[in-house]
Amino acid sequence: MAVVQTRGLTKLFAKGQVGAVVDVDLESREGEFLVLLGPSGSGKTTLLRMIAGLEEPTSGEIWIGGVLVNDLTPRQRRIAMVFQSYALYPHLTVLGNIEFPLKARRMPKEERRRKAQWAADLLGIGRLLGRKPRELSGGERQRVALARAIVREPSLFLLDEPLSNLDAKLRASAREELEQFQKKIGTTTIYVTHDQVEAMAMGDRVVVMNQGAVRQIGTPADVYDEPQDTFVAAFLGSPPMNLLEAAGVIVGFRPEHFHPSAALPADEPVLKLAFRAKHEEYLGAERILYGVLEGGPFDGEKAVARMSSTLAARFAPDVVHDFAVAKKDLKFFDREKETRTEPRALA
Amino acid sequence: MGLKNFTSVLQNPTFLRALRNSFVFTVASQILVLVGANLLALVLKNAFPGRRFARFLILLPWVAPVSIGSIGWKWILDSLYSVINWVLVRLHLVKEFSAPMWLGEPKLAMMSVILVHTWHMLPFATVIILAGWTAIPKDIPEAAAVDGAGFFRRMFQIELPMMLPIINVAVLFGVIFTFTDMTVIYILTRGGPYDTTQVLPSLAFFTGILGSDLAEGAAISIFLVPLLVAVAWLMLRSAHRAEVV
Repeated sequence: MAVVQTRGLTKLFAKGQVGAVVDVDLESREGEFLVLLGPSGSGKTTLLRMIAGLEEPTSGEIWIGGVLVNDLTPRQRRIAMVFQSYALYPHLTVLGNIEFPLKARRMPKEERRRKAQWAADLLGIGRLLGRKPRELSGGERQRVALARAIVREPSLFLLDEPLSNLDAKLRASAREELEQFQKKIGTTTIYVTHDQVEAMAMGDRVVVMNQGAVRQIGTPADVYDEPQDTFVAAFLGSPPMNLLEAAGVIVGFRPEHFHPSAALPADEPVLKLAFRAKHEEYLGAERILYGVLEGGPFDGEKAVARMSSTLAARFAPDVVHDFAVAKKDLKFFDREKETRTEPRALA
Repeated sequence: MGLKNFTSVLQNPTFLRALRNSFVFTVASQILVLVGANLLALVLKNAFPGRRFARFLILLPWVAPVSIGSIGWKWILDSLYSVINWVLVRLHLVKEFSAPMWLGEPKLAMMSVILVHTWHMLPFATVIILAGWTAIPKDIPEAAAVDGAGFFRRMFQIELPMMLPIINVAVLFGVIFTFTDMTVIYILTRGGPYDTTQVLPSLAFFTGILGSDLAEGAAISIFLVPLLVAVAWLMLRSAHRAEVV
């Protein structure tokens, strides 16, 4: 087990170009499930590949388990990685695939078999050992890739969007399984994804990245409830946080905190807003209400409210309704820097 | 009447020698082509300054007419004006009047025609193998590297086995082109000295066309058929397998 640390890690693909990864300082904790979350092109995969040793950093340092690994080959880093495509060796059987890392370490055949069997049983693929990868389903391939990764008991586990090739239904169960599996083996894991649901569900901590830079590191609750800048606020949550400009600041509140006034306790300090409903989406468990704010500090700005379908109230379109946000649920961001600032009074 | 041509051919020691030479010529040149093409492809698949130019140079022996190339080699290997011998003499590796007769001594002559034919066939195999290499998804050698495999393990246990169907195609094409070809031998040695570089196609040509014994020449070429059928069958089978993978 090991802790990963990066110091000022930067990767530029071409001279004078915008960096793919810019000055990233990151430190994992022992046995932690750390998720790198960001949109496509945010540099999360490049960061992971640098940790694996598949990509050479332009500058900065990478430490794994207290050892500077910048000049070590992937082989010397003693890590395991699961690729988005799983990268199974197509000409080898499942057993051949799982044994390959052990062979590379020149482990005797007896021990190799025993270990491969152990890994296969752990992932419930013992009966597939004689098959070739092309004869497996997506979920089975993913398990083979995981078995191949854990069989050598690595000090660090790197996963690059391993669930993105699975269909939606399988993905949910695979997600839970993967999480349980990581808890069981207790290996420090770095997991790359662009799916915020995955990140929130699985991560002990989430690293939100954009344009090669780390925007925020924290527990799922931290990054969701206390976003440090407008990018994090807008990237997380579906629909994203309402971000409205007034009196020189950006004010944000989550759609689920935007209630009909009557639904809030009478003694709660609130910001009252007149909300002209435009249209409603019914999503089964919840309803999403789109509309425009009228009067007050945010006159004319669009807003979204999200409420449980069990709420009895109905909101006729093109009618102004009394809505409100509890003051404690308002987040303030600097208009220039787009970073979090102190709450202030709104005119 | 017709079958007599075959029995007479089989009793002819020149034919048996040509048959053996055909196999030596084909197998030796294909082994050299295979090793050479893999090494060249290995170098050419990585980016380096001047790669396009290097690829162009390597393709030249294939695009230039083989007869012209062979005439060039005839001069390079000539008994009096050989460039190679000139260099060897200047380096004091051989004496001026006992320099090797590249096309005049049986073993050297066979070696020379094999090398020149290899030179001619190399680009084709290189291009095929290079294509095979680029078809391997980048993830797989990377996964092997992370799994702890060094350069040779990656090459011999992952990349080459994955390319096997494509290498098969290259080899089988090469075998057919070599087994049925006589250009290099015709220009460099005419099958000599004393038929030591004679192969089946050249023998058929000398017997049937130059020797005006068309029946026996035809009988010699017909011996190529079962061999080529076997090779063609293998080729189609491996091409089919390549599709499945």
